Amino acid sequence: MHIVVCIKQVPDSAQIRVHPVTNTIMRQGVPTIINPYDLFALEEAMRLRDKFGGEVTVLTMGPPSAEDSLRKALTFGADRAVLLTDRFFAGSDTLATSFALATAITKIGETYGVPDLVFTGKQTIDGDTAQVGPGIAKRLGLIQVTYVAKVADFDPAGRTITLERRAEGGTQVLKSKLPCLVAMLEATNEIRRGSMENALRAARAEVVKWSAKDAGVQDMSKCGLKGSPTIVKRVFAPSARAEKAKFIEAPEGGNLAEALIAEVFARQPNLEADLTALARGF
Amino acid sequence: MSEPKTPPAPAAGGRASTKKELPEHFKAYKHVWVYIEQERGQVHPVSWELMGEGRKLADKLGVELGAVVLGAEGETVRGAVAEAFCYGADIAYVVADPVLTDYRNEAYTSAMTDLVNTYKPEILLLGATTLGRDLAGAVATTLLTGLTADSTELDVDTDGSLAATRPTFGGSLLCTIYTLNYRPQMATVRPRVMSMPIRVEKPVGRVIEHKLGVAEDDIITKILSFLPDRDSNKANLAYADVVVAGGMGLGSPENFQLVKNLAAAMGAEFGCSRPLVQKGWVSSDRQIGQTGKTIRPRLYIAAGISGAIQHRVGVEGADLIVAINTDKNAPIFDFAHVGIVTDAVRFLPMLTEAFSKRLSAHSRDKLAS
Repeated sequence: MHIVVCIKQVPDSAQIRVHPVTNTIMRQGVPTIINPYDLFALEEAMRLRDKFGGEVTVLTMGPPSAEDSLRKALTFGADRAVLLTDRFFAGSDTLATSFALATAITKIGETYGVPDLVFTGKQTIDGDTAQVGPGIAKRLGLIQVTYVAKVADFDPAGRTITLERRAEGGTQVLKSKLPCLVAMLEATNEIRRGSMENALRAARAEVVKWSAKDAGVQDMSKCGLKGSPTIVKRVFAPSARAEKAKFIEAPEGGNLAEALIAEVFARQPNLEADLTALARGF
Repeated sequence: MSEPKTPPAPAAGGRASTKKELPEHFKAYKHVWVYIEQERGQVHPVSWELMGEGRKLADKLGVELGAVVLGAEGETVRGAVAEAFCYGADIAYVVADPVLTDYRNEAYTSAMTDLVNTYKPEILLLGATTLGRDLAGAVATTLLTGLTADSTELDVDTDGSLAATRPTFGGSLLCTIYTLNYRPQMATVRPRVMSMPIRVEKPVGRVIEHKLGVAEDDIITKILSFLPDRDSNKANLAYADVVVAGGMGLGSPENFQLVKNLAAAMGAEFGCSRPLVQKGWVSSDRQIGQTGKTIRPRLYIAAGISGAIQHRVGVEGADLIVAINTDKNAPIFDFAHVGIVTDAVRFLPMLTEAFSKRLSAHSRDKLAS
């Protein structure tokens, strides 16, 4: 069995700083991490491999420095790492990204064996779109199952998979066929601690690096800026509200909490009656 | 869509300066469509919120507003179509087939892309729910068009293109995204980001029924069962009237109980900012902000939350925002209406007690009268 896990190296978003004058992202010195959502995909893929045998290949697209994240994935226990890196990919939106990754997955299939499953995280923490997973699935003609909370059953011989999928108001239990793409939900498992053996292997392992051409991209106009139907016209910081908050202080000898409540109900006159009704159990 | 990987480039040659002309074959694309999401007999309220927004866009463009309803033939679909007209639809496009009884990506993607290719809308809006995001990503890729996820503002530019604004870079900046030379221009919007329009009783108007192009045998994925959420509270946060939330200023996971206590005293829902979820103090379904729930309560009380943009975009629709924070320069005071500069850990118990007293006293008055 062969599983491909797509990961992305992202800035540790809590630490992103915006330049106060130019409103641009200050990337220098910002630490990068594997997109946290992708770790659930990686762990789930490795659990299936551990149980049913086979290999896990991690794939990312990004600058040469994204090799760090791939090595990290190897220390967790992935078997192989492929880095898709080329200046032609710069400025890709989600459609162009899904094209590049899908092309690379096809190439991975030709080189190392056709994948039975492709795993992705729910979304990334920098783009937050959740669109690349479905994009890859459509490009490859794979069945797509997103927001997966659990792999309930897996039958590699019968080539079926049963998945619990988070839906609005409940959980769908779906049975589908391989190959398919699974986007894992967060908090569904916990990434293992890499073993010493894996750490040593990762340090020595060669990360496969492919340019667009290496990955089999024929039509460069489908990559990067050119292949992106969306255009970011404007990036800006949100404007502050005209007026700042009105600060409430405790009145002389009075109670700050009561002063706040008086202010709240003065501004929302109907709220008190409604809350009271609620408190009375209506 | 767009995870802009390049920082905004002021210099020419970046994406910002790309000029794109709409190819001839896309010029026939007209009208604004909203996907009316319904599952197991219920229309998701985000669909009506989008109808309100779609109506504004259609009026600005001078085109029609279409409502797309997919599902099994029957009362649910008929009900959704009838309601769509009350929320401003000029026309409804319906694909009704037993294959569409429950949401499955393959069947729904087929139905939606077929409708788009046949009737050619210029704008297609979907709710950024689990269903909507799953469907939108697949439809946009099939149609090879642009999709902007989680838009917080939609507008029509002077040249008639859709300008979709969304937070980017983890919510530290906003960006406005266009799909200039592909159609339809697609966007998703999270529940509660747009306000609910007023429903006006109207008769059913024009309905176009379209056949589904796939049969059950063509669909590989089968649904074995559906397990409804046991904790019905989970869904209520986004639509709650009063919300109390806590952030890192609480200092410890134990202190989050103070937020829950105040919420309980007020009959409110409770939530938290993103760091508390990342630290594992609170479960992710309670997260408020760009990557969590968007709320529009009548009253929002934020305790010990600094107010990063990622949080701000999730709460800006609240009628009244009260912020409690020790730092009087915290960004939350830039968008809160009422501020208290104090330690939330000390203040919350006092506020809880004061609210309990006032509400119960009031309730006794009412009972006596």
